[in-house]
Amino acid sequence: MTTPDDRDGPREADRRASDDRRGPLDPDAAVDGRRTVDREYAVRAAIRRELAEDAHDDVEEERAHPTVDEKAVIELKNITLSFDKPILEDISFSVFPGETVCVVGESGTGKSTALKLILRLLVPDSGAVTIDGQDITSVSYSEALRIRQNLGMVFQSAALFDSMTVFDNIAYPLREHVKMPSDQVESRVRETLEFVDLEPDEVMDQLPSELSGGMRKRVGIARGMAANPKIMLYDEPTSGLDPLTTGTITRLISKLQRELNVSSVVVSHDIRSVFRMATRVVLLYQRRIHFTGTPEEMAASEDRYIRDFLGGF
Amino acid sequence: MALAPSGPAGSTNFPLYVPAFFRRLNSAAKQKVLAVQEFASLGIQSLRFAFSRPFYRTDLVQQMDAIGVQSLPIVLLTGFFTGMVLALQSSVQLTTFGATQYIGRLVTASMIRELGPVLAGLMVAGRVGSGIAAQIGSMRVTEQIDALSTLGTDPIRKLVTPRVLAALIMMPILTIITDFVGIVGGNVIATLYVGLPTGLYWQTVWEQIASGGFTFRYIPNDFIQGLIKPFVFGGLIAVTACYYGLNTKGGTEGVGVSTTRTVVTASIMILVVDYFLTQIMLVVFTP
Repeated sequence: MTTPDDRDGPREADRRASDDRRGPLDPDAAVDGRRTVDREYAVRAAIRRELAEDAHDDVEEERAHPTVDEKAVIELKNITLSFDKPILEDISFSVFPGETVCVVGESGTGKSTALKLILRLLVPDSGAVTIDGQDITSVSYSEALRIRQNLGMVFQSAALFDSMTVFDNIAYPLREHVKMPSDQVESRVRETLEFVDLEPDEVMDQLPSELSGGMRKRVGIARGMAANPKIMLYDEPTSGLDPLTTGTITRLISKLQRELNVSSVVVSHDIRSVFRMATRVVLLYQRRIHFTGTPEEMAASEDRYIRDFLGGF
Repeated sequence: MALAPSGPAGSTNFPLYVPAFFRRLNSAAKQKVLAVQEFASLGIQSLRFAFSRPFYRTDLVQQMDAIGVQSLPIVLLTGFFTGMVLALQSSVQLTTFGATQYIGRLVTASMIRELGPVLAGLMVAGRVGSGIAAQIGSMRVTEQIDALSTLGTDPIRKLVTPRVLAALIMMPILTIITDFVGIVGGNVIATLYVGLPTGLYWQTVWEQIASGGFTFRYIPNDFIQGLIKPFVFGGLIAVTACYYGLNTKGGTEGVGVSTTRTVVTASIMILVVDYFLTQIMLVVFTP
């Protein structure tokens, strides 16, 4: 299957390569410094245009359009959290059914902390986190464990259990809570592995340490989705991966949302993949929400920080 | 069960004239008390989970294998050579009094009451304690503990309870084996080196066991004393290892720190607790 991404790939690469070739070797640019600066602006503008196009054309049909009157599946209301120093201040955003909300921002702005709040691995100092209308900030520990079973989480490092095979890793949530008969467990594991484009017979008996980084991420996604959660959370799903694998993972997240109507929260600073999969983007800056809106709105924004953020990747 | 984050040293509202040293001391002392409290609550919670569902039976069997069966070689070696060296040393002393027939009694008393439990405990602390701390610690730093929580499993129930139970069950068994091979080691030296008949040796072994008195007519008090200790040591080793493992911070280096701390803390606790247990049991079991 040729995706729009694949079709664009070589052409885009060619254009970049010719840009590179012209860069330092261009005799005009060497003599005239101002022209180099102009070119830098031109390149940035091109990238911005490309991002905006990405958001407009390619992914348009992949993204769901939530109706506003639907009830939010995840809602963060005026969250404030601090340890030794303040981490998050007055954070509020909602995720509607079938939406993919990407939380972006510089390192250390509390993006991953927001995920931990949704999972109730942390409790905010003030404010409320609701999941399917239920406030989870005040529930008991065992109740929190039960609520987490409805969420699928993909960790930055995949966090696969290294003492278990790929099969046992994916089967874990099924055996643990769903109490599925063993033949059904196997067919479900095969199904999820096929969904994430892995060959079940090849990888099922392997240990996580025998897999490549991208494969581990995919097994992580398979484990997260095994028990059919309605909400998926991703912590830096594309960090440390090569551009091609990044594309695969991004498409996978979009596919999950498109085919299974899963609501997702993705924490990332890979702007390109964020623009490909997000229905809405939440930008954190200095512990607060600086911007919330669609990728198109973000690309079109004249805000100085957003411009810097998009230009500086 | 990560330590609750606390304010920087001296952040408590002290009057300004209190020197910084005392503020730091105050905060350090609070940290220590908190650590003891968390340690105790981890132990209690892990035992509580042993009596409620879900119970991870497969993990328990795996841990019994890892803690008990796989520790057999070092425990056998330690016990055997300790028994031999005890017999050897005592033979030198007892020969001067012409009392070599007491070698069996001496070896038995030392092995069953003290050396068996303590040596098995120290060996298990080194081998098993470090293993548990390293495993749970690396699970912590690679987010696997968080992954367990997010998959709706209580990490204490899944990781700590099976390990603590396995240690509680296997330590007394390992100790019995250590005691036995130690006494056999003494027998080898007594027979081959001193020339004491094997029959006489085992007769004195039994005399020694019987001399401590019996509980419920048939259970020798020495056995009870010798089995309460490893039971306590087993619990201490497993809870210490799990505590340091779960509180690991700072990547792979942190795993190393947790492992070292576990072995040091567990070993010291075994020696200190051994003294107090002996004191208590001397009072309880003295006829």
